[in-house]
Amino acid sequence: MPREPLKVPQRIESLSVLTADGRVDKSLEPDIDDADLGQLYKAMLMSRRLDERCLMLQRQGRMGTYGPSKGQEAASLGIAYALAPHDWLVPTFRETAALLYRGWPVHTWMLYWAGHEAGNGVPDGVNDLPICVPIASQCQYGMGIAWGCKLRKDGHVCATFCGDGGTSEGDFHEALNFAGVYNLPLVMVVQNNHWAISIPRSSQTASQTIAQKAIAYGFDGVQVDGNDILGVTVAAREAIEKARTGGGPTLIEAVTYRLSMHTTADDPKKYRKEEEVKVWEERDPLLRFRSYLRKKKLLTAKVEKDMEEEVTAKLAEAVAKYEQIEADPTAFLRHMYADMTPELQAQMAELKAHLGNTAESASAPTEPTQVG
Amino acid sequence: MARLTMVQALNLAMAEAMRENPNVLVLGQDVGQDEGVFRVTEGLLKEFGPDRCIDTPLAEAAIIGGGVGLAFTGFIPICELQFDGFSFQAFHQIENHVRRFRNRTRGRYTCPMVIRMPYGGGIRAIEHHSEAPEATYAHLAGLKVVIPSGPRNARALLRAAILDPDPVIFFEPKASYRAFREDVPDEPETMPIGRGVVTRPGTDVTLVSYGATLRTTLEAAEELADEHNVDAEVLDLLSVAPLDGALITQSVQKTGRAVVIHEAPRHCGVGAEVVARIVEDSLLYLEAPVKRITGFDTLIPYFSNELTYLPDSARIVQGALETVRF
Repeated sequence: MPREPLKVPQRIESLSVLTADGRVDKSLEPDIDDADLGQLYKAMLMSRRLDERCLMLQRQGRMGTYGPSKGQEAASLGIAYALAPHDWLVPTFRETAALLYRGWPVHTWMLYWAGHEAGNGVPDGVNDLPICVPIASQCQYGMGIAWGCKLRKDGHVCATFCGDGGTSEGDFHEALNFAGVYNLPLVMVVQNNHWAISIPRSSQTASQTIAQKAIAYGFDGVQVDGNDILGVTVAAREAIEKARTGGGPTLIEAVTYRLSMHTTADDPKKYRKEEEVKVWEERDPLLRFRSYLRKKKLLTAKVEKDMEEEVTAKLAEAVAKYEQIEADPTAFLRHMYADMTPELQAQMAELKAHLGNTAESASAPTEPTQVG
Repeated sequence: MARLTMVQALNLAMAEAMRENPNVLVLGQDVGQDEGVFRVTEGLLKEFGPDRCIDTPLAEAAIIGGGVGLAFTGFIPICELQFDGFSFQAFHQIENHVRRFRNRTRGRYTCPMVIRMPYGGGIRAIEHHSEAPEATYAHLAGLKVVIPSGPRNARALLRAAILDPDPVIFFEPKASYRAFREDVPDEPETMPIGRGVVTRPGTDVTLVSYGATLRTTLEAAEELADEHNVDAEVLDLLSVAPLDGALITQSVQKTGRAVVIHEAPRHCGVGAEVVARIVEDSLLYLEAPVKRITGFDTLIPYFSNELTYLPDSARIVQGALETVRF
């Protein structure tokens, strides 16, 4: 009795349903109707093409720094699919596919990266939060939302995302600790894309898996193949159902890969090998899903062609829309408080007078200033 | 009308708000069973239960960040941080999220929450328990920063903070927690956030202060009247963000002289903003340079020596006399 291994009640599982070449484990295959499969594929394709378009726009100087989610589409999309519209989704900035599926307009996504607060325009009808930039800090309000759902007994759950780098932040651990203590309806999703800018997953934590971190907080963790839309859907459905019925939180580690750069300000060739990227390109979630749908005869050449055309047209429409935005340059002063303080009212008048003067004096067109 | 300490008055404001609105919650370390280390949350667990007066694990950032999420689901969280010195462990949540959500979502998501914390020196506490970081928070647009000076305004301002649609950092001068009692009306009352008051009318010099040093300033004003024939006007700012610029202007244009008193360090302190306002709005009314009587640009010393650091009546009298005799 003096020394023996402790048994902890938590369970850590690994889960994969769809292989890289599109074969499926029939015993685990989730029940998803054909129309939904089509919608999921379309959202994934839109996310991929949106990334490609935004990178191009950034290179052309028509958009700011952009963070693509290429290769990670399935990891967020499966979660979004398993949520009900009134459930909460707390993203970072690599949940593009999830947000598109939840109904975020494409041009809204573009507006964020084009430097407009309107890019945080959460559509009516969904309880989503806008993008969060400071790493893992969103875990805390995601936890707080789950806390609110529990106190209200409204049956809603909150899915919150962060990356493998985020698991090194204190906020991640504090949030999971609170979620465990109060048994909150929180589904914490870590998109383990293997790279936090230049720091590999192996240097981020000595844990064998990220999923096992759940043990420390007293609930279950699951490591799912994050490039497998079916596997992510299975893990998400189980975790959401558990949360909704009072079973508490789950930590989902979605193992995926950032096929592209961290953001357009980054060159991944500086810190990782092309061979590694090639290996993961063969596990591309979009190609894998496509192969599955083709085997199911849901994706014919005609359907694909139509879908690509639809996506291209929607993107063109969105680009036109975001580039036409006429933002009020003084709105940032108006929204600091519910009511403007006397100081802000004075500063608003000061700014408006300045803008008025500038407009009057700007009779001759000037060249835009080049930076760098 | 009851004679209450500031601790009792703050407790009253929370209990009233919780009775009126089931969405008002109190959360923090030791706020439930222990009733708060200063007993400010006394009786709340008993009356409202553990879902509304919530003992949390020990993590400031989760108390504040969790509060943000609670606010998104329609609650009005009153988050207690045990001491101002520990608020910096939640600082990133306050800076990155609490103050920003209204602006960045153009009002779709807001944080109507109150972050209470005891602040300031004077109770012989160990280090990290006596700081006065109000200027740090006053610099963050999106927050309101309120500092009561006595039981009656503490109750009225905490009520106003709970009702406010924006996040309020509520600094409680712990040296004043039990130092004196005041009559507090039975009926709930509020005071407007962003407005100061004239605590002692006068004609010769304006003394601007807030928090625990307000009482020290009033003592100095009496000494100035009794022993030096100087009639000082004392302003209690009550809010340091927004600041009641109009009140300062009105008083200084009348007296022509001003001294700002606070226990926080001088450099970039609230006094610096007050002086800037005076220079911008009332320069031509000034008969003397404006003086600051403040803490020093150091750490507050350990408590054996904290009284050397904190502004006392003698320093305020001296500063006021130099200004009057300039």
